[in-house]
Amino acid sequence: MSASASEAGYLLPEPAEIVEKRTYGSDIHAYRLRLCDPSARPRFDFMPGQFNMVYAPGVGEVAISISSDPDDEDLEHTIRIVGRVTRVIERLQVGDVLGLRGPYGHGWPLQEARWRDVLVVTGGLGCAPVTGAIDYMFRRRASYGRISILHGVKKPTDLVHRERFEAWRREPNCYVGLTSDTPERSWRDRVGVVTELFEEVEIDLDLTVVFMCGPEVMIRFAARILERRGVPASRIFVSMERNMKCAVGLCGHCQFGPEFVCKDGPIFSMPRIARFYGVRGL
Amino acid sequence: MSGERPRPRLAVFKFASCDGCQLQLLNLEHELLALAERFEIAHFLEASSRTQDGPYDVALVEGSITTPADVQRIRQVREQATTLVTIGACATSGGIQHLRNQADVEDWKRQVYPRPEWIETLATSTPISEHVRVDHEIQGCPVNGDQVLRVLTRALLGAAPDLPGASVCMECKRQGNVCIVVARGLPCMGPVTRAGCGALCPSLGRDCYACFGPSEDPNPDALARGLRALGLSSRDVARRFRGINGHRRPFRALADRLEGRDG
Amino acid sequence: MPEPTQRLWLERSRLQQLLDSLGERGFEVHGPVVRDGALVLAPVRAVEELAVGWRESQAPGRYRIEQSGSERVFDVVNGPGSLKPFVFAAREPLIRVEMDGPGGGFRAHATLPEERAVAVVGVRACDLAALAVQDRVFLHDRYPDPYYAARRRGLFLVAVSCTRSASTCFCTSLDTGPEATTGFDVALSELEGGFVARAGSPAGEDLLAELALPEAPAETCVAERRALDACAEAMPRKLDPSDLPELLYDNLDHPRWDDVAERCLSCGNCTQVCPTCFCHDERDEPSLDSGHSLRVREWDSCFSLEHSYLHGMQVRSRIRDRYRQWLMHKLATWIDQFGSSGCVGCGRCISWCPVGIDLTQEVAALRERSA
Repeated sequence: MSASASEAGYLLPEPAEIVEKRTYGSDIHAYRLRLCDPSARPRFDFMPGQFNMVYAPGVGEVAISISSDPDDEDLEHTIRIVGRVTRVIERLQVGDVLGLRGPYGHGWPLQEARWRDVLVVTGGLGCAPVTGAIDYMFRRRASYGRISILHGVKKPTDLVHRERFEAWRREPNCYVGLTSDTPERSWRDRVGVVTELFEEVEIDLDLTVVFMCGPEVMIRFAARILERRGVPASRIFVSMERNMKCAVGLCGHCQFGPEFVCKDGPIFSMPRIARFYGVRGL
Repeated sequence: MSGERPRPRLAVFKFASCDGCQLQLLNLEHELLALAERFEIAHFLEASSRTQDGPYDVALVEGSITTPADVQRIRQVREQATTLVTIGACATSGGIQHLRNQADVEDWKRQVYPRPEWIETLATSTPISEHVRVDHEIQGCPVNGDQVLRVLTRALLGAAPDLPGASVCMECKRQGNVCIVVARGLPCMGPVTRAGCGALCPSLGRDCYACFGPSEDPNPDALARGLRALGLSSRDVARRFRGINGHRRPFRALADRLEGRDG
Repeated sequence: MPEPTQRLWLERSRLQQLLDSLGERGFEVHGPVVRDGALVLAPVRAVEELAVGWRESQAPGRYRIEQSGSERVFDVVNGPGSLKPFVFAAREPLIRVEMDGPGGGFRAHATLPEERAVAVVGVRACDLAALAVQDRVFLHDRYPDPYYAARRRGLFLVAVSCTRSASTCFCTSLDTGPEATTGFDVALSELEGGFVARAGSPAGEDLLAELALPEAPAETCVAERRALDACAEAMPRKLDPSDLPELLYDNLDHPRWDDVAERCLSCGNCTQVCPTCFCHDERDEPSLDSGHSLRVREWDSCFSLEHSYLHGMQVRSRIRDRYRQWLMHKLATWIDQFGSSGCVGCGRCISWCPVGIDLTQEVAALRERSA
């Protein structure tokens, strides 16, 4: 291959085998993936919050955040079935091969958050881009202060990775609050929206860094409450979602105001996007 | 998902239509053999009188619903088909025969047939989607055979179609065509019409007449003003929208407004 | 060897020699020709094929071209086509994937274009500026685009400074014309009887040296200066960029967006003729036997609904959202993203809008009512 062919290397999906598939509710699946060529793994070194383009061969790609720990050999993607590509991925089983291209974008500021308290606020499937970050902190527990995790879902069956929340709940110096918009008999946690849980957590205004991920309405509302309580906006970080085709800032689909969510995000500090956040139709 | 799987079963059905869309399928001479290898063609009267009963994995449906018998038959097709794809303007929009929807059908029957009492017909010609659930639509009069193929190749991979929903202008300009509205003042319908034909007419210097129906989010009012500015009468503008796909809502609503009918 | 800034005189009768020399150097030569009622850039061999003696009139939503009887070769300012398709193909395969069957493995490889030497004659200053903007987008980021790069490497540009503008032109507002000052191999200015020629690159110097042109007399250089200045001063249209990008950021809810949405067809013509618009779609095109698939990219537009698809919905579901996205990207967010405006003032989006929407008027209206 000529030198210029290798310049296009970043466009080539790398085959990865599904080694485990777990299903949550009716439309969410977590896929543990192992690269068919193990020597390609170093190229996929990532920080939680970054994403891969997951490829259904012959069908297309979708941008999905990586939900596993950077030190794990396997890569995990938690995928909600919503579009034509994910509907094909839904039918794939253990042993089937997908493609991966990445990682892309910037992850959570996990280095900057060291020696601080971290408040994680998530909604819906919003927990997928942040579960990797939570695991990351627990595996390096001494480097982080109090970890509070507030997670809201529309309905109980939307709760992905309940076992993880239960495990985190048992950790010292950690608070886990779960809430569902609608109740159900089996639901033993809170009923209501996630911002109502703010009253239950202690927030050290000097120390706390906030990671948020989920529906834009929820984030806007939550950020306003936190800022009113005195958390500086510069310590609130948000994960954004937009349609992506190329993932390298060229196709133009993921633009959000001046940002390319693929290469400037998907994790943004609140002041960077505040001007445009929540503007309809942007 | 590995291992030998039986070929998916393909069926083609016809309702009120000219067969032109089915012909587009038969005209895919280079791909026809490969298509027959990938699909078990179980029912396709235009190609073979040998037919097999359902169920079918993919049913392509041509034509509109114009008789009480059609209404029954399309329900049976739906029951037998895992994926139902309507092909062409008749099936997706009601076709040119939708013009009856604006007229007195009993009067037409009397004018056309010596024994009108023998004719059993509905007062309207309507698209398949007004009668049963439709999984995917392929627009066009006739359809572009390549688009049908595109839908089928995706179906073989278990994927939904990814047909364009944008305007004809997009594919027209990708081909490097000079805009015939701007450079020649022709009343081209391209800006409100769905891409998929390969900008066939504008590429030959002819104004598009919207045979692929409305694009995904057209602005017919803006085009109507543009056509008026080019010198078309209000009546002529209404006729441009009242064509093959005139039953489709954005086109119908505009033509109704122009003709002073209720939307 | 002439100095790079040296001005030489190319008699009109010798323009053919320039085309021939480019051909002999292995370039596929493209130039402005009249086709289908407009100026288009097409392969040419002879000067007679060029738009000699033609002149166009442009207005919002209207373009007409007619013979003027003049001997001038480059009197038509521009047509719908820019350099964009020469470097950023309207449609091209990016990768090919060989597939082993359902759920099975695959192998992917890049399908880079063959490198071709292409010379374009008659490139305007605004289009050189647009090429520089596209270079910034495609080449000067973390992942330089090898497809664009391959085509860009093979490009030889013979610019023509404008001595005439169309009514839709506003390059002076954005400081991109009418004079070609950078980014060319050879630049010409058309005057009575011929052209003032100068080189802008070693390859251009080499070409002009081969033609052994005489130096342009001082009075000719003065005439050139006068013609270029006159063109700049007569530029009919203006776009005031002084309060950009803030003007747009401060007016995200301006009623003008609803007003323009009433008129806008959302057809995408403006983005297709824009020499800097780079949005594209990428799509897999599997073969009928499912044995392989091509990843194809093709020009897309922020005016298509699919462009802002997210989880089964569209972020920019209304035409006002899409027009705002286009204008705001072009004139405002582009500056934040790439350090320059995305607009070069070529006026194509004005002329080639089927309903004649004029971005300079839209900006003026936003400013008027926000003040």
